[in-house]
Amino acid sequence: MKQVRWEKRVLRPLVYLAALTPFFDLVWRAVDQSLSANPIKEITEVTGIWTLRFLVITLAVTPLRDLTGWSQIGTFRRMLGLFAFFYGFLHFTTYVALDQYFALEDIFSDVVKRPFITVGFASFLLMIPLALTSPNRVARRIGGRRWKALHRTVYAVALGGVFHYLWLVKADTSRPLLYGSILMSLLLFRIWSYFRSRRNITGQVSNGGVNEGVAKESLDAKLD
Amino acid sequence: MLIRRSEDINPSEITPEHLYVNRREFMRSASVAGIGLASHLLLPGILIGQDRWPRGRKGPYDTDEEVSTFKDITTYNNFYEFGVDKSDPAENSGRFKPKPWTVRIEGEIKRPATYNLEDLLAPHKLQDRIYRMRCVEGWSMVIPWRGIPLAEIIRKVEPTSHARYVAFETVYRPEEMPGQKRRVLEWPYVEGLRLDEAMNPLSFLAVGLYGKDLLNQNGAPFRLVVPWKYGFKGIKSIVKIKFVRSQPPTTWNISAREEYGFYANVNPDVDHPRWSQKNERRIGEFFRRKTLMFNGYADQVASMYSGLDLRANY
Repeated sequence: MKQVRWEKRVLRPLVYLAALTPFFDLVWRAVDQSLSANPIKEITEVTGIWTLRFLVITLAVTPLRDLTGWSQIGTFRRMLGLFAFFYGFLHFTTYVALDQYFALEDIFSDVVKRPFITVGFASFLLMIPLALTSPNRVARRIGGRRWKALHRTVYAVALGGVFHYLWLVKADTSRPLLYGSILMSLLLFRIWSYFRSRRNITGQVSNGGVNEGVAKESLDAKLD
Repeated sequence: MLIRRSEDINPSEITPEHLYVNRREFMRSASVAGIGLASHLLLPGILIGQDRWPRGRKGPYDTDEEVSTFKDITTYNNFYEFGVDKSDPAENSGRFKPKPWTVRIEGEIKRPATYNLEDLLAPHKLQDRIYRMRCVEGWSMVIPWRGIPLAEIIRKVEPTSHARYVAFETVYRPEEMPGQKRRVLEWPYVEGLRLDEAMNPLSFLAVGLYGKDLLNQNGAPFRLVVPWKYGFKGIKSIVKIKFVRSQPPTTWNISAREEYGFYANVNPDVDHPRWSQKNERRIGEFFRRKTLMFNGYADQVASMYSGLDLRANY
């Protein structure tokens, strides 16, 4: 119990602040006028890369929890996922408002004609329902099974993010490929643990339904 | 020093240092309220207090558009020999030694030879050219170059009747150019022009900008400038110029054939496969502006391409 309190009261605010650091850094560099000669592009790139980073970090939570047995970090997953959406929203808004200045015709033709924008746009759209259904209240109304199924689209979002990045670089694919390989290992871990748990279940009685009525804060862990 | 004189900058045209320092100070305090972001994006650099190349005394090929700041021109570069990020060339080029420098000029010419760069340039009078520079990535600058027309060098070495193209090659020094240690592109960087393009009065060999010797990040000690083409045609730190019979390979074309053609003329009607070329962001401006055919140099260059399908020969 003591440990739970430490994670909630100390670690959570720290992670929250850390997650906002790239945002505050952007704001500071805007004030300081050190966002390179092309500030709009710099903002686009920074918010874009942090979207992808938070997607990867979010997807790393469950494997980390399973490998370390540190069950409390499961409760950070939703917050991290929402930060991925936060940066994705800033990224999208920067493109629409600052880069294109609401030139809807140009934006439309970008989305239709440029594969990297098509996949980036689609990934952003797919994040919206995940963000909207993240409050406990909404999650409960939807029901664990359906909520879980819906939130599996985060894999598609992250994969889309990697392709968005890969298809936009000119020559040096090392960074997108790095994110791609991290993502692939996280996916492989899940496939591996899925088959492992299936094997276990066939030998045991399923414990479905036992966890009804768990405390609010452990909902994250339950909706695994 | 490749550039010895700077008599064409009138001392009265240079902003006294304390003035722009103070303006900066003012902007800095004002920016606490978030005005900084707005001004950074919206105000022309002169109000923020950055040095600008003085207006006036325009030559026939000069644009009278606002010149980009020295800081922007020297800190926002594509020069993959020093790394793939725009800030890399300024940060990673400190160890590069642009002098002494020799250039090999060979191929289909009467007098192939290796020149000391200073000897090669000595007989020529340096000129200033204020050119637009349009990057294939969709941004642009206006740069006050200093150098000599490429045609002057070509006439001096006397190409034979077999010479149809000019091939250029960048120096290969992975010890001084950390980006060359990774094969992001095939090194050394190579570029080329058709001979008539190279002879066009716009084609320029720059040894300086803003009245000073080129900094390493801008392609020291000398580089090509062809303002009606995308920036990547402007090969930097040249060590070899070869006159050849057939179209030479070019680095970005080798890297992605469908995306970067040999000609690479700025053309708003032919999109790059992955992005539109219809408009561009001029560095220092907020709104995108329309990209002009041949980057606004159609009067000087369009006739060279009559009869050529610019969609097929992108």
